[in-house]
Amino acid sequence: MSIFEYNGSALVAMVGKNCFAIASDRRLGVQLQTIATDFQRIFKIHDKLFLGLSGLGSDAQTLHQRLVFRHKLYQLREERDMKPETFASLVSAMLYEKRFGPYFCQPVIAGLGEDDKPFICTMDSIGAKELAKDFVVAGTASESLYGACESMFKPDMVPFIFHSF
Amino acid sequence: MARISSLSSQATLVQKIQILTPNIGVVYSGMGPDSRVLVRKSRKQAEQYNLLYKEPIPVTQLVRETAAVMQEFTQSGGVRPFGVSLLVAGYDDKGPQLYQVDPSGSYFSWKASAMGKNVSNAKTFLEKRYTDDMELEDAIHTAILTLKEGFEGQISGKNIEIGVIEADRTFRVLTAAQIEDYLQEVE
Repeated sequence: MSIFEYNGSALVAMVGKNCFAIASDRRLGVQLQTIATDFQRIFKIHDKLFLGLSGLGSDAQTLHQRLVFRHKLYQLREERDMKPETFASLVSAMLYEKRFGPYFCQPVIAGLGEDDKPFICTMDSIGAKELAKDFVVAGTASESLYGACESMFKPDMVPFIFHSF
Repeated sequence: MARISSLSSQATLVQKIQILTPNIGVVYSGMGPDSRVLVRKSRKQAEQYNLLYKEPIPVTQLVRETAAVMQEFTQSGGVRPFGVSLLVAGYDDKGPQLYQVDPSGSYFSWKASAMGKNVSNAKTFLEKRYTDDMELEDAIHTAILTLKEGFEGQISGKNIEIGVIEADRTFRVLTAAQIEDYLQEVE
């Protein structure tokens, strides 16, 4: 059993036309036992920046709190919100600081950058960034999510797609 | 900024104007050795910011951190304040900026400023000459004229330094030859 699979998680982020979407499951388990069905994995950093954290629930919560801390100080000092690319670099640096005792998390960062251009990325638990133009996935269900995204993704999707069944 | 010059000095090898980052430059008035310490510290701070955020440090942030260092030396034991005032010029997302940092650690944002010898005349001169919509060429001419006001001896490309930054966001120091060209235009 891997520590990354202890709590279970599924995270995905996708780029659309002048927009992005980020989604996660809400199950918190202890191995096979489900102990919560309302666990939050996606956090808002500011109006145009969202952070998803898969992996160990405790590390996800702690890492989120520390990142909010850093971002709040940044906002006070620089009198502006962090750009998603900058935030991703910060997360990467913070994860690598713990290279030999890492956070057991895989983050997914999604936001709107300069001129509201959508930005998504993911990284491994020690901060190796993976930028993508289309979608990123993380968590125990990542392989399934890769399959779903690869087959269903198309570029420039709009936020609401009406299907008549 | 005026240099010491005499027949025996090879002043061209050591510059007073220094680059802190590709888009921020600094010049000092006061004790050279003290300025070198600050330049070293500021360069490191700027690079640390870059390492963390993978982004060039905004001018205000670098000025603030440099000023904080200078303030420390007014309140710590066994040290003395830095014997320099700095003029920091840079270009970032907020546009071109100019800051003055004093030994106390206080910093001020300026559209145009002067320091050192002849500062009050120079500032009066600048107040008359400066306009918001100056082009770079006008600004260089104005700077040269301001410098000339209190200059002892013959001004030339070998005994002044000029640093420039424009929309390309690259701080550069003009060569002696370029300065000579501007000096001739001013005449």
